[in-house]
Amino acid sequence: MVKYVAQRLLMMIVILCGVLVITFALSRILPGSPVEMMLGHRPTQEQIDLAKAELHLDKSIPIQFAYYVGDMVQGDFGKSLRTGQPVLDDVVERMTATLELTTIAVILIILIGIPIGVISAVKQNSISDHGARSFSIAGMALPVFLVGMMLQMLFYGKLAWFPLQGRMNSEVLLDYEFARVTGFYLIDTLLAGEWVAFKSAAAHLVLPVLTLTLAAMAVVTRITRNTMVEALGEDFVRTAKAYGLPKNKIYFGYALRATLIPMMTVVGLTYGFMLGNSVIVEYVFDWPGLGGYVVGAIVKNDFPAVMGVTLFLSTAYLLINFIIDLLYYVADPRLRAV
Amino acid sequence: MSNLFKIQAAQIKPSITAKISAFMSANTLLVVGGGIFLAIVLVAVLAPWIVPFEPNKMNFSDKLEAPSLEHLMGTDALGRDIFSRVVYGAQTSLVIGFTVLAIAMAIGVPIGLAAGYFGGRIDMFLMRISDVFLAFPPLLLPITITAALGAGLFNAMLALAISWFPWYARIVRGSVMAIREELYIDAARAMGVGSIRIMFRHALPNSWTPAIVQASMDFGYTILAAASLSFIGIGAKPPTIEWGLMVALSRSKFLDFWWTAAFPGLAIFLTVLAVNLLGDGIRDILDPKHRSDR
Repeated sequence: MVKYVAQRLLMMIVILCGVLVITFALSRILPGSPVEMMLGHRPTQEQIDLAKAELHLDKSIPIQFAYYVGDMVQGDFGKSLRTGQPVLDDVVERMTATLELTTIAVILIILIGIPIGVISAVKQNSISDHGARSFSIAGMALPVFLVGMMLQMLFYGKLAWFPLQGRMNSEVLLDYEFARVTGFYLIDTLLAGEWVAFKSAAAHLVLPVLTLTLAAMAVVTRITRNTMVEALGEDFVRTAKAYGLPKNKIYFGYALRATLIPMMTVVGLTYGFMLGNSVIVEYVFDWPGLGGYVVGAIVKNDFPAVMGVTLFLSTAYLLINFIIDLLYYVADPRLRAV
Repeated sequence: MSNLFKIQAAQIKPSITAKISAFMSANTLLVVGGGIFLAIVLVAVLAPWIVPFEPNKMNFSDKLEAPSLEHLMGTDALGRDIFSRVVYGAQTSLVIGFTVLAIAMAIGVPIGLAAGYFGGRIDMFLMRISDVFLAFPPLLLPITITAALGAGLFNAMLALAISWFPWYARIVRGSVMAIREELYIDAARAMGVGSIRIMFRHALPNSWTPAIVQASMDFGYTILAAASLSFIGIGAKPPTIEWGLMVALSRSKFLDFWWTAAFPGLAIFLTVLAVNLLGDGIRDILDPKHRSDR
C-alpha cells in the first residue's frame, strides 16, 4: 500500500514539475517583458533595474526557474495586474463558484450518464440503445457555447423560467445575508436558512449545470457503453449465464464491477473535461468563477492571473487523478497482490 | 444449363453496383458523413461562386434582417449577409482542421518514432515530456498557450497542435514498439542501414494507419476547439470569417435576433458531425478491433 501510494505520489510530483516548466517557459515567451507590464510606459532605468532584481530577471534561467518554483510552492502566484490583488486570493475567492458548478455536473453525470451507457450496452441494438447513441453522436458535435446559448434562448428568452446569467440576483444578494461557510451558495444559503436566496442560487445554477452536463454526457455514455460491451463479452459473463444466474445479478453484480475501474477513469476524465469546458460555460453565463476570471485576464493581458489559474486548475486535475489512482487500489485486488 | 451457369457466375462475381450498394448499407454512417463532408469541401472550394454577397461588405440599411429570400440566413448587426459568411467560414474551419493536425503530427510522429525505436531512457524521457502536456485539463492548455503567444488564429492553431501532439506520439510509439523486434528491421540494421532511415523508411509506414485513424477522429475535435477559442476572443480576428467568432459577435443580440447565432452554430455542428461520422467509419474499416462499437 505505502509503496503504491508513494509511487503514485512521486509520479504526480514529477508531472507537476513538468507543468511548472511549461508555465515558466510560457511566461518567458510573452510578448513584452513582465517588467514593462508592471511599470507601465517610460520607466526610468533605475526603476527597470530594481524591478528586474525584484523579479530575479537579472539571474540565469535555471536560477530564475528555481525562484519561480519556490514562489509557486509557497502559493505565491504573483499579483494580478488587473485587480492588484495577489492572484492566489483571487483564485481562492472564485474557486468555489467553479467547483460548485463542476461538482454538481459530475454528480449528475455519474447518476444519469453512466446508467444510460450501461443500459445501452445491456440492451444492445434496441431502440433505447440507438436513441442513446444518436444523442451521443449529436452531442459530441455540438459546441459547448452553442448549447449554452440555445438554453438561454429557450429558457430565458422564450419561457422566462430561469435567469440569463450570473450566480444570484443582485437584489437578493443585498437583501439576504448568508455566511460563506463552504462557498457553495446552495449549501450556504440552506445553512443560513434563507429560502429566497437558496431559490435564487438554485435557479441560476440550472442552465450552466445543464450545459456542462449535456456536453459531457455525450462522451461519458459512449465510453461507458463501449467498456460495458467489452465486459459483457468476457468469459466470466458467459459462464455466469451458463450457470443460469439471474440477469440483474450478472449485469450489476459482476459485469458492472468489472467495469468499475475503467469507469473511475471516465469520471476522472470527465472532471478534467468539465474544468476545461467550464471556461467556456462560465463565459457564456457570466459565472463568477475561475473560467470567467481567466478569460477576462487574457483580454487585459493580465498574465500572472492566467498562469495562476492554469497552475491551479492543472494541480486540481492532477490531484483528482491521484485520488482516482488511490481508489483503483481499493477497487482492484490485483493491485494489492503485487 | 448455360443459363444456370450465368446465374452462378453472377453470384460469384457481384457487379460493381451491387458491391457499392453492399458497402453503402454496411457503412451507412460513413457514407452519410462522407457525403456531407464532401459537400462542405465543395462549398468551401466554390465559395466565391456560391455567395450572393461580398461576405465582409457592411450595409447598415439592411442590418439585423430576418432570413428572407434575399438573405437566406438573414443579416448580422453590421448588415453583412450571414449566408455568405457561413459559406466562407467553411474554408476557415477546414484549413484549421488540416493545419492543426498536420502540425500535431509533425511534432508527435517523430517523437513517437524515436521513443518506440530506441526504447529505454530515450523512450522514458520523451514519453514523460508528452505526459506533461496531457496533465492539463483539455482546452485549458491551448487557452494558456494562445494567451502567451498572443491572440490570433495562427497562434490558436499552433497552441492546439502543441497540446494535441502527445496522442500521436503515443500511437506511433506503440506501433513502432510492436515491430521493433521484427526480422526485417533486424535485417536492415545488419545491413548497416542508419537509425533515422530505418525509422522513417521501415518503421513509419507501419504506423501510418493508426495515426490516420486517430487524425480522422480528431478532425472534428480540432474544429470545435478552435471555434471555442475564437468564441472567447483569442482565436480568429476580423476580417477572418470564422464560425465561432460569428457566434461570439452575435452574443449581445442573439436573444432577439436568433439567426445571428443559430446559423454559424449549426454550420459548426453539421461539419463536426459529418467529420465524426466519417472518422468512425474510417476507423471501423481500418481498425476492425473497434467493431464492437457498431
